[in-house]
Amino acid sequence: MEQFNNRNVADNGYFMVDIEDYPTDSMGRFKRIIKRTFRLELFVGLWVVMREMIKFDIHTISYPEEKMPIGPRYRAVHEMKRLWESDAERCIGCGLCEKICISDCIRMDTKIDEESRKEVTEYTINLGRCIFCGYCAEVCPELAITHGGEYENASEQREHYVDYEYMLTPIDVMKANAQKEFEGFGAITPHEDERVAKTPLSY
Amino acid sequence: MDNAYLIETIIKVVVILLVFSALAGIGTYFERKVLAFMQRRLGPMNVGPFGLLQVGADGIKLFTKEDIIPSGVVAPIFKIAPVITAATAFMAAAAIPFLPAFTLFGYEVHPIVADINIGILYVLGVMAVGLFGPLLGGMASANKFALLSAARAAAVFISYEVVTGLAALAPIMMVGSLSLIDFNNYQIENGWIVWSQPLAFILFWIAAFAETGRTPFHLIANDHEIIDGFGTEYSGMRWGLFFIGEYANMFFISFVIPIIFLGGFGDGTVLGAFALLGKMAFFFFFFLWTRAAWPDVRPDQLMWLCWKVLMPLAVINVVITGFVMMF
Ligand code: SF4
Ligand code: SF4
Repeated sequence: MEQFNNRNVADNGYFMVDIEDYPTDSMGRFKRIIKRTFRLELFVGLWVVMREMIKFDIHTISYPEEKMPIGPRYRAVHEMKRLWESDAERCIGCGLCEKICISDCIRMDTKIDEESRKEVTEYTINLGRCIFCGYCAEVCPELAITHGGEYENASEQREHYVDYEYMLTPIDVMKANAQKEFEGFGAITPHEDERVAKTPLSY
Repeated sequence: MDNAYLIETIIKVVVILLVFSALAGIGTYFERKVLAFMQRRLGPMNVGPFGLLQVGADGIKLFTKEDIIPSGVVAPIFKIAPVITAATAFMAAAAIPFLPAFTLFGYEVHPIVADINIGILYVLGVMAVGLFGPLLGGMASANKFALLSAARAAAVFISYEVVTGLAALAPIMMVGSLSLIDFNNYQIENGWIVWSQPLAFILFWIAAFAETGRTPFHLIANDHEIIDGFGTEYSGMRWGLFFIGEYANMFFISFVIPIIFLGGFGDGTVLGAFALLGKMAFFFFFFLWTRAAWPDVRPDQLMWLCWKVLMPLAVINVVITGFVMMF
């Protein structure tokens, strides 16, 4: 992963390819043909592919059996997170995600529960419409809705829904302290605490 | 013509048809595997061990697929075009000696259907007719890409044919016969023709790429610019026939090159037979190898190459050969 984070391309062994000018007169073209013919450039190509065949360094991943590790910031099917402190659901039913969703694929319904708190009663995402843009995860004030790593969500029809229960971290996973925080869109960046400035009271 | 000869010929025809149809299928498997390995892929893996049964799966698919004749096409020509490609490829095989003569159950078998005295001329001529498949199929398809490909087929046709003929002419002058068996026998006594005719060998080899329509002259059915060219409108077994024709052609030309230039099957021993098969395998492999390594040329580049470079070289070669033989 480190090598991909290094943006300093200058000392990564990159260099500009030296491209000759195109010949403009027929003599120049003739010389170029002669040069190309007798430098046997075609055989360089033959050798390269032969070398790769002999090395047999196969890069194919036989997909259903083998899988690529995906990055922690990968935006696949959504997850609903729980609070670490109380195992309660993080979602406060504010509806921001429903509002911001640019493909209009989140629908939710809320009610006021016994403790006068908002409670989510219905929550579905139509994955057939979702473009996995990550806006919902970014806008969520509670870091409740995030993206997860589950990308195998093929379905036989265009409408394909996931609901609140499906996305919510199961309680036993939570009890085992195994909930994974999402590192991507909307997540808290490292050292966030130091950067947050308190609202001054002197207004 | 006695009965034994007739039966023998029919058996030989059937054997060649079966063997080379099967080989054409297996050829596609090898092509995929070799290309895949050269590009660090795995190729077909899922049907059978190492994907070996992929050929069967493809065959089933091609045979059972609906044979669509689009409404705008010139149906009779559209239907016959793939047959031309496949049939001429196999017809060309008639004059090719695949192995030295051997004895089977006390009966001497010549593994050549007909040792006609115009052998090489016949082989090259019939193979050239094979290009009418793409040409007619492309023109009858009522599809712009197919039409482009037909135009290219015509361009290829008039370009390489001259080179093939002139390149083969020099060895023919040396051998003094057109029969491929005579070519073989000549090389037993005088050594491989490639040593005395290296230029003709290379020219013929280059022309063979144009003849079979393989990369770098794969411009007739260049999938990345004109879809599948003449094959765009074809489906099912008709398309499969084009395919079989192409691969059978590759195998046959891979036989012809070593027979003309590289000593053929030698003096008729088992070793010679295996040497011929080995040479054939190399030339076939080379077709796949170049496909992985080389870019395609444009039609105008092909014509430039054939008319302005290869043909003068071939003519010079023929003239020099003539002078050397005269004095
Ligand atoms: S990822 Fe984008 S499209 Fe998908 S639910 Fe969230 S906001 Fe909507
Ligand atoms: S998931 Fe987040 S943004 Fe959506 S309703 Fe719940 S708290 Fe609000």
